[in-house]
Amino acid sequence: MAAENMLSVENLSISFGGLKAVSDFRLKIRKNELYGLIGPNGAGKTTVFNLLTGVYKPDTGSIVLDGQNITGKHTIEINHAGIARTFQNIRLFSNLTVLDNVKAGLHQHFRYGTLDGIFRTPKFYKTEKAMNEKAMEILRVFALDDAASFKASQLPYGRQRKLEIARALATEPKLLLLDEPAAGMNPQETHELMETIRFVRDNFGMTILLIEHDMKLVSGICEELTVLNFGQVLCEGDTKDVLNNPEVIKAYLGD
Amino acid sequence: MNMKSKAFRTNAVTYAIVIAFYLICHGLIMSGNMSSLMKGLMVPLCYYVILAVSLNLVVGISGELSLGHAGFMCIGAYSSAIFAVLVDGKMPELLELVLALIIGAGFGALFGFLIGIPVLRLRGDYLAIVTLAFGEIIKNVVNAVYLGIDENGLHFSMKDSLSLGLSENGDTIINGAQGISGLPRTANLTVGVVLVLITLFIVLNLIHSRQGRAIMAIRDNRIAAESVGLSVSKYKMMAFVISAALAGMAGVLYSHNLSALQATSKNFGYNQSIMILVFVVLGGIGNIRGSIIAAVILTVLPEKLRFLSDYRMLIYAIVLISLMLFNSAPKSIAWRKMMSERIRMKKEENRTGAAGDKDGSGEEA
Amino acid sequence: MSSFLSYLINGISLGSVYAIIALGYTMVYGIAKMLNFAHGDVIMVGGYTVFICTSMLGLPPVVGILAAVVICTVLGVLIERIAYKPLRGASSLSVLITAIGVSYFLQNAALLLFGADTKSFQSVISIPSITLMNGEVNVSGVTIATVVSCAVILIGLTTFINRTKTGQAMLAVSEDKGAATLMGINVNRTIAITFAIGSALAAIAGVLLCSAYPVLSSTTGAMPGIKAFTAAVFGGIGSIPGALIGGLVMGVIENLSKAYISSQLSDAIVFAVLIVVLLVKPTGLMGKQIQEKV
Repeated sequence: MAAENMLSVENLSISFGGLKAVSDFRLKIRKNELYGLIGPNGAGKTTVFNLLTGVYKPDTGSIVLDGQNITGKHTIEINHAGIARTFQNIRLFSNLTVLDNVKAGLHQHFRYGTLDGIFRTPKFYKTEKAMNEKAMEILRVFALDDAASFKASQLPYGRQRKLEIARALATEPKLLLLDEPAAGMNPQETHELMETIRFVRDNFGMTILLIEHDMKLVSGICEELTVLNFGQVLCEGDTKDVLNNPEVIKAYLGD
Repeated sequence: MNMKSKAFRTNAVTYAIVIAFYLICHGLIMSGNMSSLMKGLMVPLCYYVILAVSLNLVVGISGELSLGHAGFMCIGAYSSAIFAVLVDGKMPELLELVLALIIGAGFGALFGFLIGIPVLRLRGDYLAIVTLAFGEIIKNVVNAVYLGIDENGLHFSMKDSLSLGLSENGDTIINGAQGISGLPRTANLTVGVVLVLITLFIVLNLIHSRQGRAIMAIRDNRIAAESVGLSVSKYKMMAFVISAALAGMAGVLYSHNLSALQATSKNFGYNQSIMILVFVVLGGIGNIRGSIIAAVILTVLPEKLRFLSDYRMLIYAIVLISLMLFNSAPKSIAWRKMMSERIRMKKEENRTGAAGDKDGSGEEA
Repeated sequence: MSSFLSYLINGISLGSVYAIIALGYTMVYGIAKMLNFAHGDVIMVGGYTVFICTSMLGLPPVVGILAAVVICTVLGVLIERIAYKPLRGASSLSVLITAIGVSYFLQNAALLLFGADTKSFQSVISIPSITLMNGEVNVSGVTIATVVSCAVILIGLTTFINRTKTGQAMLAVSEDKGAATLMGINVNRTIAITFAIGSALAAIAGVLLCSAYPVLSSTTGAMPGIKAFTAAVFGGIGSIPGALIGGLVMGVIENLSKAYISSQLSDAIVFAVLIVVLLVKPTGLMGKQIQEKV
């Protein structure tokens, strides 16, 4: 069943201890679109990501990914359904190598049994070889191939962020969620990251939703935006229109 | 790829150390150069190594603190001892031993699975205390069990041996706290070392496989692991069950090294679990070869240094605390990072002019 | 009926001791977010202190009890300072293993100092026992002292936490360490005070425990410590009334199962209760849910 939209969210709400963190949230992302979710600090952007990926269960609303209803599903099932994400506070497998971080992402798509692994069957060697090749291919996109054998925690901050995207991409998602991918990067790195994100979208046919504070990045690559304020949609639509909306400027700058 | 060969080399060295150790000990025994005290230590060495390596799979690789490891050893020891008494004299020794090992490991795995279902839903300190509780329950229950056999089959009681109601030519197998007696002492160094090698083969190959990677990924970051679709409960359970099966196997080795088996707080109680944990921590959490070396040294050294025996446990405690502080205290980590940075800078200064070749030292467990 | 009643009373007495120990666990867990595995062994230190003062030096019991409280308090603060404070911010696995190390240290230091043979402890409580139901049920002086001490401690502690500035600081730290620091609360000092109070309570528990079960060895505190932790978890870790309820329930279950099921299996039953509680209600009877921030 081919849906027109990759993601369509309606009426999504959650409250914590009586406090409405997100209410009546809606979102429609077309296939292969680069979509931005922006808003002031504490507006509930990361909470939306946590709802989409099943970290929190919504009180109300529905989440439909490519025609498949994933509302209330577990994080693991949602990943299998096709959503992968990165985290605002980087969450790598810090004691594993860079290569193994990506291979952990490939886990679902390259399979062999536990006994194959223990008894080192030909299937083990064949699959591991294919995994290595695929992982290196992904690392090359992010210019991380030279660091494949490093521990993930040894990488500098900017490259850790990239590795997180690489790992998410390895799960072959339909929709990629990036939570502040440019946080802590200098302008040069941010510029490179923009190029990489665009490259991923074009070459992997990916649909991408990102949270970002860097307006240059947002206006540079996002085609459409949703602005979140106090847990509610303030406005949505074409990037240029949204950024020129006086309501949005007010929310960001205050009165 | 060079990474794979590196893991391969590390593992090969580990196997080589075990085999070399075996050859030396075997040679000493054959030439009559080993004291009877040391001879008596050979099989215990092997089961302590198996216990340490298998516990490291849970503590170091899976990242959960289990304080009930001796309980699984107890399961393996008792299940295999019951089997040994039942078939005593009815089959060749070697066949009996092999079947006993399968039974001990199987029951270890079964209990690992049953206990894992509730335990692995918990996290951190709660998980630790519940594994401790399970270990104590196993030991206490085993001490209260009476089991006998006669021509009508097996008889079971939790009260005393009389209430088994055995016929005249019946035999008591488990006699409550007095345990099981009349066991075949078929374990020896060779059997022990073969089991150590099997343990290493399973654990090392598991670590360097798709499943091991998933287990370690979950250890490093549970939430991220779920976000890439790894099933936390499945892989935590896998590590727990394999570890329990191997501990069960160690228990078989233990029971086949004695003529009478009892469950006391010394052999299957929480103190034993802590002792195994000490091996794991001193050898390096997550470091399999370290567990082997620590288990051997900490088993042999106290026997060699009898005059220190009173202080042994106290020294362990101090070393344990110091090591944890050195390895895990944020200040100590920062300090070590700074020192290694300084050394690297020095090295680079010395190397100026030389062609810069990159060597990424990706350390692995 | 009368035998059931006396088992019950003994259970309540033992449960009161567990409750006093559990208070120490629950406060430390609530505030420092760590399982102080060595807490049970502080009880043993308290027991030995009283033993030395009264049986060896012939000092009056009051002096012995005071000495135990002082020494345990200092010990608790020292342990925190040397072993736990440097690990603040480290993984809970490291902290727990260190705590096990401290427990091991205390047990083996005591073993070296006092030897492996158990000492017979002379009860320091000289309250006459009373009889109920026409002499069918006898309530010993130790039982009375234990229940009364437990009640006094509970009331005192609740008042301290609710009415004093330090108590409020403890609540704040247990709620949110970072925010408490921002509010000008000295977190390190608050944690040290918590350890001091918990250890003082352990000393009192040691006196009561050894008076009721008059044998003293290096592992005297280990099992009661673990069971009291069980009680703290049962009641909901971090909750003071929870520790009381958990302690009483554990003590009663233990004594009744010893009497009516099997003395062999009473420990197993106590632990089985813990496991069931953690499965059905992982936060205990009165605890609250903590969720990891993503």
